[in-house]
Amino acid sequence: MFSSLTRPIPKPLLAVTWLVGLAVVLPMLYLVLRAAEAEPRQLAEIVLRERNLQLLGNTLALLVGVIALTTALALPLAWITSRTNLWGKRFWTVLLVLPLAVPSYVGVFGFFGATGASGWLESLLGFPWPRPTGYLGALGVLTLFTYPYLFLNLRAALLGLDAGPEEAARSLGYKGLEVFWRVVLPQLRPALYAGWLMVGLHVLGDFGVVSLVRFETFSYAIYLQYSASFDRIYAAWLSLMLIGLTGSLLWLEARLLKNLSLSRVGRGSARRPQPARLGAWRLPAMTLMGVPLVGALVVPLTSIVYWLAQYPDTYLNGLGSILEALRNSFQAAAPAAVLATCMALPLAYLGVRYPSRLSRLLERTAYIGYATPPLAFALALIFFSLRGVPFLYQTLALLILAYALHFLAEAIGPIRSALYQAPPRLEEAARSLGYKPLQAFLKATFPLLRRGMLASMALVFLSAVKELPLTFLLAPVGYSTLSTRIWGYTSEAMFAEAAPYALLIVLFSAGLVGLLLSQERR
Amino acid sequence: MKTPSVVRPSTEALARAPILQVQGLTKRFHPDFPPVVQAVSFTVDQGEVFALLGPSGCGKTTTLRLIAGFEQPDSGQVWLEGREITHQPPEQRGIGFVFQDYALFPHLSVFENVAFGLRHLRGKERQARVMEVLGLVGLTVFKDRKPGELSGGQQQRVALARAIAPGPRLVLLDEPFSSLDAALRQSTRDEVRTLLKQSDIGAILVTHDQEEALSIADRLAVMRSGQLEQVGTPKEVYHRPRTPFVAQFLGRTNLIPGKARGLEAETPLGRVMLLEEAHGAVLLSLRPEGLGLAVPLGHLGIDGKQIEGIVLAREFKGHDMTYRVQLGNRELIVQESPESPFYPGDKVRVLVRAKAVVVGRGR
Repeated sequence: MFSSLTRPIPKPLLAVTWLVGLAVVLPMLYLVLRAAEAEPRQLAEIVLRERNLQLLGNTLALLVGVIALTTALALPLAWITSRTNLWGKRFWTVLLVLPLAVPSYVGVFGFFGATGASGWLESLLGFPWPRPTGYLGALGVLTLFTYPYLFLNLRAALLGLDAGPEEAARSLGYKGLEVFWRVVLPQLRPALYAGWLMVGLHVLGDFGVVSLVRFETFSYAIYLQYSASFDRIYAAWLSLMLIGLTGSLLWLEARLLKNLSLSRVGRGSARRPQPARLGAWRLPAMTLMGVPLVGALVVPLTSIVYWLAQYPDTYLNGLGSILEALRNSFQAAAPAAVLATCMALPLAYLGVRYPSRLSRLLERTAYIGYATPPLAFALALIFFSLRGVPFLYQTLALLILAYALHFLAEAIGPIRSALYQAPPRLEEAARSLGYKPLQAFLKATFPLLRRGMLASMALVFLSAVKELPLTFLLAPVGYSTLSTRIWGYTSEAMFAEAAPYALLIVLFSAGLVGLLLSQERR
Repeated sequence: MKTPSVVRPSTEALARAPILQVQGLTKRFHPDFPPVVQAVSFTVDQGEVFALLGPSGCGKTTTLRLIAGFEQPDSGQVWLEGREITHQPPEQRGIGFVFQDYALFPHLSVFENVAFGLRHLRGKERQARVMEVLGLVGLTVFKDRKPGELSGGQQQRVALARAIAPGPRLVLLDEPFSSLDAALRQSTRDEVRTLLKQSDIGAILVTHDQEEALSIADRLAVMRSGQLEQVGTPKEVYHRPRTPFVAQFLGRTNLIPGKARGLEAETPLGRVMLLEEAHGAVLLSLRPEGLGLAVPLGHLGIDGKQIEGIVLAREFKGHDMTYRVQLGNRELIVQESPESPFYPGDKVRVLVRAKAVVVGRGR
C-alpha cells in the first residue's frame, strides 16, 4: 500500500528528528565558519601550501595501498573459506574475523612491544627486529586490522552467488581461473565496493596508527596542529580537506554502485557450486590464512602477555590508575550509549514508519556523523563549543555528546530491525482501543523495541570505550581513559605500562565484535 | 414526572436507526492517480452485519480505515450514532477494529490483550469484563497464554474479543477469515455472526470472498475501483445484479446481449423473459442454474427454430454438473443435475428456465 505517501508525519516527531539531524550537522558548520575566517591572502597561502600536496599524496598513497593489500588478502581468504573443501571453514572464518576485536592502535602496541631493542622478538631471536614505522608500518598495521571488513563482505557475496552462471561459463569452454575472472569477480563488485568503502573510511579516519608510526597524513597533521602550534584556521582547513576526501570516497562508491544490476535473473532457488578441491594448494592456502592470524592476533596478544608477565609490579602498583581509567571510560561511554539510543529512536521510527525523501535525508545525516573522520569531527565540536556553547568546552558533557553523535548510526541499525518486527497495526489497534498516539506507541510498540535498544546501547558503549581520536581531543584536561592511556604509553615506549590497558580494551572489543556478528546474523 | 406530548419514536424505529452513516467518502493517495475511494455512501443499522465486497485493490480496506480514523478522507463525512466523527482521532471514536493479521500485542497475554482497551475499569470489574468476553469467544482457559502460543483460529477470536471488550456499537473487520484454512473458516464465520448478533453490535466486514459475504452479511455492498456498484441484501444482489460487474463477481453468470420489448427480449438464446421491463438494446445476465440442456429435436423435423449448441466440457461437482457449451461464437456455462447425460461433442438444445436480469441498457 502506498498510504504512507501522504500520511502526515506527526509534528512532534518531525521536530525531534530535525533537532537530532541539526545536532549532527551544526558542528560541521562551525568548522566551515572557522575556515572561512581566513583572509583572502592567508587563504591562498593555506590552501596552496606545498605541504598540503604532500599530505594529500601520503593520505592517498596509504588509502590506495591499504585497499590494494586488503583486497589481495581478503579475496583469496574469502574464496578459501567459502568455496573450497577446506576442513573447518566456519572455524577459520571466525578466527579471520577476530582481528576486528583488536583496535589498530593496540595492534601498533603489539608490534612495538615485539620489535626494537626491548621487544620480545629480541629475547626470542637474539637480535632486535626492526620497528614498523613510516609508510610501510602504517600500511602493514592498517591492512592487518581492516581486512576483515572486506573479507566479511566478500565471503557473504561468494556464498550468495548462484552456481548457474559459473557452470554456464564452463560449458562454454572457460577454465577455472578464467571463470573466476570473467564471471565470479564481476558479480562480486558490489561487495568489493562496500568493503573498500569500509576500509577506506577507517584509513581516512585513523589517527592512532599514523600518529604512533609517525606517517604524515591529514589526520596526523591535524593532530600536530592541535597539539603544537594550533593554528586553528589551518587545522580547520585540513579537516575540511579530509572531509572532502571522505566525501569523494562516498560519492565514488555511490557512483560505482549506480546502474549496477546484478540480481539473479533465473527462476527457482539458487544452487550452491561444488566446493573446489585444494589438493596441492592446501599448504599455500593455510600459509595465507596464517599471515593475518599471526600479525593481527598472535603478535598483539603475545605482547600483552609478555609485558604483563615480565613486569607484574607495574600493573600491580598501578592498579589505582587502571581503575580510574576504567571508570573514566565508563563514565563517558555509558551516558553516550543512552543518549545515542534516545536520539536514534525517533530517526529510526521516522524512517521505518514514514518512508519518504525527507525521512531518508534525516536518517542519512546520522551517517554523516559516522563517516566524518573522528579528528575532523572532534575539531568541529571544539569550534562549535568555543563559539556556541562555551560552558561545554573541556567538559565531560561535550565528550559524551561527541560519542553519541558520532556513533548515532550504529545505534539506528538494531532499533530499525526491531521496528520492522513491530507492525504499525499494533499501534492502530491501541488507537482503536482508546489510546492517544504517544500512549499507543509506548504501550504497543515500545515494549517490542527493548531488545533492539539494548543492542544499540551496547554497540555504542563498546565503540565509545575503544574510541581514541574523539577522546584524545575532547576529553577534559587530565581525563584519561583506557584508549588514551594505551596511546600515551605506547608513544612513550612504555609497553609494560600499556599492557594491562590493552588487555582490557581487547576484552571490550571482543564483546563488540561478538555483538556485531550476532546482529548481522539476524 | 411526566413529559407528555413528546413524540417518541417506536422501539422498532429506534432499532432500525442507522448506527453508522457514510456520506460521499473520497480518498486520494496520490494526486496523479484516481481516488482509491470515490463518493462512497452507505448506512449500517444497529446490530446489522454489513459486508464490503470487492476484488483486491478496490478500496474496501481503505474505506474501513477511513471509518476507523486511521486515514483522513479528502471529502465526505462519517456519522456514528448521529454525531459527526469524520475528523476525530481513532481513539475517540469508540469503534472496534479487527485487523486482517489480528495485530495482537505479542508481549501481552491473552488476558492482557483483551484488557488493553478497558482502562476505564479497575480491579474486579475489569477482570470480570475480560472473563465475560473471553467466555463469549470460548477462550477462558487460554487467558494466560501469549498470542504466539495460540492457533490461527484462537488468535482470531482473541482479536475479536479485544475489539468488543470496551463495548463498541460498531466493529470493523478487515478480511477477518482470510488467514484461516478453509475448514476453520466456515465454523469461525458462524461463531462470529452469532456473537455479533448476541451482543447486538453492528459490524462492517471487508472481504473479497463472495461466498463469505453472501453467507454472513445481512446486507452487502459490492465495490469496484473505489465506488459502490450496488448495495442490498445478499438475495437482491445475487438475483438482481444491477451491473455486469456485480453479476460476474457474485458467482458465475452468462452475459448475453438482446433487444428488449417490455418484459421480453430477443437474444441468441431465443426469446427470454425479463425480470423487469426494458426497451431497446440490453445486456442480460442469466445464471448457469437458470439454463438447461436437452436433446435436440432434429429428428422430429422442426429444424431452424431451435437453439442448438455443442458441449465443450463437462465438470462433475457432485451435487450438480456444469457444462461449457458453444453456441454460435459464444460460450455458455450451464448447470444441470448430476445425472445429466451429455459429453463433449454432443449436440444439445439450450433451454432458458429463469427470467433474465437486465444488467446494462442502451448501446
